[in-house]
Amino acid sequence: MKTWQRKDLLGMKDLSAEEILFLLDSAKAFKQIGERKIKKVPTLRGKTVINLFVEPSTRTRTSFELSAIRLSADVININASASSLVKGETLKDTALNLQALNADIIVIRHSAGGAPHFLAKFLKASVINAGDGAHEHPTQALLDAFTIREKKGRIEGLNVTILGDILYSRVARSDLWMLTKLGANVTLAGPATLVPREFEKFGCRVTHDIDEAIRDADVINLLRIQHERQRKSAFPSIGEYTALYGLNKERFARIKPDAMIMHPGPINRGVEIDSDIADSDRSVILQQVTNGLAVRMAVLYLCSGGQKVES
Amino acid sequence: MNTVLIMDATTIDRALTRMAHEIVERNADQESPALVGIRTHGVPLAQRLARKLQEILKREVPTGELDISLHRDDLELRGAMPRVGTSDIPFDVTGHTIVLVDDVLFTGRSTRAAMDAVTELGRPLRIQLAALVDRGHRELPVRADFVGKNVPTARNERVRVRLIEVDGQDEVVLEKP
Repeated sequence: MKTWQRKDLLGMKDLSAEEILFLLDSAKAFKQIGERKIKKVPTLRGKTVINLFVEPSTRTRTSFELSAIRLSADVININASASSLVKGETLKDTALNLQALNADIIVIRHSAGGAPHFLAKFLKASVINAGDGAHEHPTQALLDAFTIREKKGRIEGLNVTILGDILYSRVARSDLWMLTKLGANVTLAGPATLVPREFEKFGCRVTHDIDEAIRDADVINLLRIQHERQRKSAFPSIGEYTALYGLNKERFARIKPDAMIMHPGPINRGVEIDSDIADSDRSVILQQVTNGLAVRMAVLYLCSGGQKVES
Repeated sequence: MNTVLIMDATTIDRALTRMAHEIVERNADQESPALVGIRTHGVPLAQRLARKLQEILKREVPTGELDISLHRDDLELRGAMPRVGTSDIPFDVTGHTIVLVDDVLFTGRSTRAAMDAVTELGRPLRIQLAALVDRGHRELPVRADFVGKNVPTARNERVRVRLIEVDGQDEVVLEKP
């Protein structure tokens, strides 16, 4: 693959392994920019990026905002609580209004799965999915893959265990679809109420035995319990979840000595991850945040020059 | 398509040897200039020039590689995006004489992009330009300090530089449509 063709980044499900690797390779150049004294390139000068965050987010929004700034784009943030969406305007009308302001790229976070795909159908502007419901979070998956490649040098053949609230996690889905395409052996683990067997049809392994799930893992990706998405409690108490599924020191002592610990954040210390483990040199949680900038810069850059692709 | 051989392995090597001597002569007041090759073909040319400079000066010559994709001015004109490469400049450009090395000097737009990319890394003492071939048709006020060969061309002709490190052979050809 010599060139990137897409104008939108909607999810990992539509991308080929080749496209994913193209994005990851491009992101290396953008990581360098963040390490320089002058952390800015003129590439997207004159382009307008609008962060349309209909669901609250701090880290992803900040990361996209900073990525756009470092590419010299003009960037505006719109938060749901301060927008006309609360006055009854539809998402479509809001998006068309933003396009009428000559926005070139719309980065959208929405609580409904499929919202970015819906916008991409009628907008001329690029649409980047910054998380849609429990569906996809493609740039999080990309930064995960970038971090794994940086540490392990490859993804193919690695045992990756994603542990926790799989059912309500868009990160889990994007990671799963991406990692299986790249040849990793993915295991999903957690309480049966949050890790249904149905996920096996996506080509991964499902287990409810955490000790077995982490024993041979090269990468352990811990997920936060998405309280905001759970309509009824999927387990009796936080304390019980921590005892049965949290990564505590005892379990940590039994994992592979070179296993890396990941977490998309925000972390709940003492719940899904022991506080000392989160701060240990095996944890790459903060490297993930740094790499998020590199992959988001790559996505904004590549999609700004692409064309609409019928999905 | 009609192709004319402009330089072969021997003439390319002679041109680079002469350019190396010119670089030394021009920068006699300097401890040592640093070479920065513009990807892709400028990189092996910079490495070859560096080896020749090291022979003449009897000391190490800092050499780097520059990717200018993010500084190009034709983002709007392309329908698809090429891969972005990394830059590798393992020295501080501030205070150095930087000799940018490119294979062909044409419109001058790559040189402009390279100058912007280098100055984002620091403040060089000065920037000079070495090109194996200058084919004219400048669109910006840019000129080369060191030229391997001046080749008069028509706008619609193409100059192809092939180098052993990238293409398996050394030659420069002019392709006429």
